[in-house]
Parts: sequence; C-alpha cells; structure tokens
Amino acid sequence: MVDRNPVSGSGPTSATSVRDARDEAQDGQSAQVIPLRSAERGGSQRRRHAAEAVEQYGGAAVVNLPGSADVPGQRVRVEPTLPGHEAGADEAVPEAVAKALDFVRGRLTGEYDIDEFGFDPELTETMLLPALRMLYDKWFRVEVHGAENLPIGGGGLVVCNHSGTIPLDALMTMVAVHDNHPKQRHLRLLGADLLFRLPFVGMLARKTGHTLACHPDAERLLRGGELVGVFPEGYKGIGKPFSARYKLQRFGRGGFISAALRTGVPIIPCAIVGAEEIYPKLGDIKPLARLLGLPYFPVTPFFPLLGPLGAVPLPTKWHIEFGEPVRTDLEDGDAWDDPMRVLSLTDRVRESMQQLLYERLAQRGGVFGN
Amino acid sequence: MPSNIVLVTGVSGELGGKLLARLGNNPDFERVIGVDTSPPPKRIIARMGNAEFVRADIRNPLIAKIISAAKVDTVVHASTTAHPPGPARRTPVKEMNVIGTMRLLAACQRSPLVRKLVVKSTAAVYGASARSPAVFTEDSPLMAVSPKGFASDAVEMEGYVRGLQRRRPDITVTVARFTSMIGPEVDTVTTRYFAMPVVPTVLGYDARMQLVHSSDALSVLELATVREKPGVFNVGGDGVLALSQAVRLAGRAELPLPMPALPSVSRLLRGANLVDFSRDQLKLLNFGRVVDTNLLKREFGYAPRWSTREAFEDYVQGRALRPVIDGRSLSALLRKVALPSTNEHVPSQ
Repeated sequence: MVDRNPVSGSGPTSATSVRDARDEAQDGQSAQVIPLRSAERGGSQRRRHAAEAVEQYGGAAVVNLPGSADVPGQRVRVEPTLPGHEAGADEAVPEAVAKALDFVRGRLTGEYDIDEFGFDPELTETMLLPALRMLYDKWFRVEVHGAENLPIGGGGLVVCNHSGTIPLDALMTMVAVHDNHPKQRHLRLLGADLLFRLPFVGMLARKTGHTLACHPDAERLLRGGELVGVFPEGYKGIGKPFSARYKLQRFGRGGFISAALRTGVPIIPCAIVGAEEIYPKLGDIKPLARLLGLPYFPVTPFFPLLGPLGAVPLPTKWHIEFGEPVRTDLEDGDAWDDPMRVLSLTDRVRESMQQLLYERLAQRGGVFGN
Repeated sequence: MPSNIVLVTGVSGELGGKLLARLGNNPDFERVIGVDTSPPPKRIIARMGNAEFVRADIRNPLIAKIISAAKVDTVVHASTTAHPPGPARRTPVKEMNVIGTMRLLAACQRSPLVRKLVVKSTAAVYGASARSPAVFTEDSPLMAVSPKGFASDAVEMEGYVRGLQRRRPDITVTVARFTSMIGPEVDTVTTRYFAMPVVPTVLGYDARMQLVHSSDALSVLELATVREKPGVFNVGGDGVLALSQAVRLAGRAELPLPMPALPSVSRLLRGANLVDFSRDQLKLLNFGRVVDTNLLKREFGYAPRWSTREAFEDYVQGRALRPVIDGRSLSALLRKVALPSTNEHVPSQ
C-alpha cells in the first residue's frame, strides 16, 4: 500500500520517512493523518499538492484493505484512493458512496452490533433517522425549544403528551432529541404491547431502540444511563377526540414516576404542540376497531373518506418544548414506595406539562405556519 | 461438607455425558454415577474416568433404590429436554420431563443423605410475547408460551423443585436456566435450525437471540456440583444477535414467511425429520428472549467465556457450514460494480 502512495515517487528518503511515519501511525490511534503531514513538511510542491488532495478526502472514503486485517483489535483504515494525485482527484470515492458500501457490507455479513433491547444504532442513524428527518424538516417544520434542559449524560425520563391518532409525535420527538442534543443522544421510547405485536412496526421499533412500557424495561434503561421517553397518557391521549385537543388525559398508574424515583434520574416534562391537528379525530368506528384488534378506528375529515390519501397527515407546524427538569434524587431512598408521594410528583409533572402546552399554544401563530 | 457421591441424570445426552466425564475425572468425588435409559456415546465412555453408568429410568421407582443404596449426596438433574432437537413424540418426552422429575425429586426428599440438587432448566420458562419485558431477570414470572409445549414442562418441573425446597430446606438447590445452547458438538434445535440451507423466519419480525456455548453450560453445571451455590441463575452469553444477523453470519438464505403460513411449514419440517418447530419455538422466532446474567456473574461467580456472537461463530466454524449466500463476496462484488475505477488501485494481495 506504501507503493501506492503518490508521495513515494518523489525519492527513496521521503518514501522511507513516510513508511516510518505510517508505521508509527498504525501503532497509535490516528491512522493516516500523520504521514501526510510529514510529507507536507518535506517541502516539495508535488507533495504538498498530494497532501492537499488527500486532506480534502481525509477521513472520508476509508476502507479496510485486506493487508490491514493482521492488526487485531485496531481498525487501521487506509485511503484507497491515495493515488488520486496522478489519476485525478475526481476518481476518489465520494464519502456517501463509501459509507453506503460499508453499511451494505455490514448488513450482508452480519457485522454489526445490537444491544439487549434490539437497538441497532447503525441502522437507525443510516437509514431510519434520515427518512424521519425529511418528515421532521419539510413536512412538520419542527421547532425545538429548551433542548438545554435535556441531561448531557446519564439517565433521564422525558415525559411527553401524546396526540395525533398515529404516534408520529413519538418519532418526531426521537428526531428532535437526537438532532438537538449536543451529544446526539438517542431517546429510548416506551411503547404499548400492540406496537410490538404488529409485524414490521414492532421490528422497527425494537431496532430504533424502543421497548415495551413496563417496569423492568424502564428501570433497566434508566439504570443503564439512557434517556427514556414515555407517553403516560397512552391510548387515552393519542386517541382522544379532536374536541379534547391539548387537554392532558389521566396519566396511567404513575409507574414511570416510581421508576424515575427508584433510579433517581431527573424528569423532563415535554410539550408537543402541532401533533394534535395532523389527524383531527372526529369519530371512532368501534366495531371495526374491535374486529381489527385496535384500540380505536379513527374517522377524520379525510379518512376513511379519501382512502389512503386520507392517511396523509396534515402539514401542521410543530413545536416541541422541553421544560425544566424535575429532580428526583433529592427525595429519600424509599420515596418510590410511598404512593402518596409518587402520586403528588405525578401531579406536579402533569401540571408543568399542561402549563408548557398552554404557554406554547398561546405563542404559536397558526396551526399551519409560524 | 463437600459433595462426595454424585448422581447425574441424562448422561446419554451431550451435556450430561460430558458432565459425567468431567466429574468422573475429578479426584474429590468418591463415586460418580450416571443414569439414563441408554448409555452415553462411546467417546464419552472412553473418557469418563472413575464414573460409572447405570442403566435406569428415572420414571421407575428403582431410582429411589439407587439413590439410597449408593448413599448419593448430590443429584444433578440434567436430563430435561426443553427443546428436543428433532421431532420427538410428545408423550414420552413429557413423561420423561415431568414424571421423571417427580420421581427423582421424591427419591431425593426421601433419602436423608441427599444434600444438594442441581437442576438444568431453560430460559423458555419466561415465555416470549409482545407483553414480555425485553430482558428477563430471575424473578420474572414464569409463564410458558403454550400449555402443551416443552417450556410448560420446565415450568412444571421448577414447581416440583420449589416444592422440594419447601419440604427439605436443608438441601442446597441450584437451578440454572439456560438460554438456547449452541456449539459445534451439541445437537439442539438451534444448531439444527441454522444448519438448514434455507432458514424460515417470520415475516416482519426479527427476534433477539441470546445463546450460551455448550462449554459454558457444562462449566456452570460442574461449578454448581463442586461448590455450594444455592439459587436460581440465568445462564447466557453476553450480547445479543438479531435473528436476521445470525442468518447472515452463518451465510444462510432467509425465507421470511407470513405468520399464518408457519405452522404448516413447521409440520413439513417435522415430517422431513429436520427440526422440531414447536409453538414455543415459533414464538421465540417472533419475539426472541434475552435474560439478565448479572446474578450469575456476581453471586454464582461465573462469567461466560463465550459471548453470544463468539459462540455462534464457533458453531459456524466448528460445523464448517458452507455459506449458501456469501455476504463477503456479494459486498465485494457490489463494490466492484459501484466503484469500477478504484479497484485497479487496490493492491490485489
């Protein structure tokens, strides 16, 4: 691979220095930046040019060469298009193509890792988040407020209002957290068992890091220092009629609060404004819902009237606001065992969410813009 | 007082046989007796040292006589088959699992000399469904997927074990719940499943799999016999594989089938004597099962040497499974097609 280096043509001494530098680089962490710098220090016009050409694509199209496989435990990645100088830099592999090829290779050979919940970060970041981001940016034009309230590291429980007939709000919140957090953390959502019973949907939910809303899973994620998202209203919230929009429904049994108390993580109230109007639910065909095993069968102004076309969500303008965190580590050790305190904390969180919702509603210009 | 005279059930199986060989070569034991309805394989007999084999059926009252006559103080119950690898008739297996365990435990209760019981159980006792938590801890409720499956035998069996514990609190009881066992030598439903060139999966589901290497399973049973480790422990390798990922790693062709078509396919596979695709197994393919092994590491004091992935790769290599679909060459081909210009620069070493 050294012979393929454009720099090696300029003389035996510099070639050795490049080789030495590269050997050093292989021992260290950074793979191929050092030899290029040393080449630049050599001074020749030609070399500087080559260095520039490579720096331009530095860190981009990096691929494992077969020869580098004998360095175990350390991924030494080598620029395959180093000869780009003579051959013309335009032949270099574009970053996106190389990344896509690496991704496909990983998928074909099974060389990727998932966690015990089935979360596949590579797939999520490469395929699913970009798809959701289009909806997020172009369709709903989501605006995020108060992202600084999300914890930088460690566990946290994000409690959101649920609405919109189809849980698009959950997906958008996931994108909002990932794209606005300085560390690009993934929000691990807790979903109903219906979600995991459905084919494809359940599979994708697991792969994007979501899991069943149950005590063991919630606590396990929080203890593992993950950012967990819950929608305590459940079906009551997402399937509420349009007339009840932005009115928080009863929270479940407050299990999520006791999970946060047990693990001592902060609770971040979150208000999602705009999701209520994407499918204004006017009615509910109960017999059909029972037949299909769904919690409700919605009737909106366009669905099922227009068929599949009616299933396109209305392009409302969304705001997602993260409120002041509520600390739970100040309570004493067995607060989770005291139902009174769990319930009062639940009410406190619920009130602050309702407050956030009303404030945000008062500030927004219209349903579809600003 | 350490164990002295050990009785091992189910020694004709791979795991039971190897355990017999390991214990037989341990000089600390005065006597090691293996019982089963058929003798262990020849290669095991050749290596089993001081251990003896007694042809006896644990469903027969004779087992009580063996336990009392030989003054057995430690019983290792390794004969339960939670997932028989191949098509097996349900009645004898159930009888072996349930009635056999009942008899054996009754004999243990009766003999005052018995002080320790080690039971091989399965993580299938937790079930697998859309309502199950992602990771099961030892205190998760036990619920078999179907009332008739092999997993329900294991649930029933653990019930008998708890009964014995209540009546004889002086006996040290260790229950090891193993996840799906894999390895180059063992014959389990998992190893048979991935040995098929075309692997049927459930369309729209991708189960999480946790595997335990057979050598780790063996070590856990041996440790539990040699030392005092009372309690219930999940045993599984670290890490998780998605079913689709495992299919790629083994180079198999995946055949996703819609859920309603699977029972007939499973009947077909059963008929062809390939693999037993029971209802439990189908649910496992749907939702998968992962267990928490912290207790094993912390209290039992054993960290599995093989992660799920390593165990699976060892199985693929050990069985010399030839890939049906070679992901490596496919992706190399794709690279060649997508990047025709760069290939000439890559050294062809």
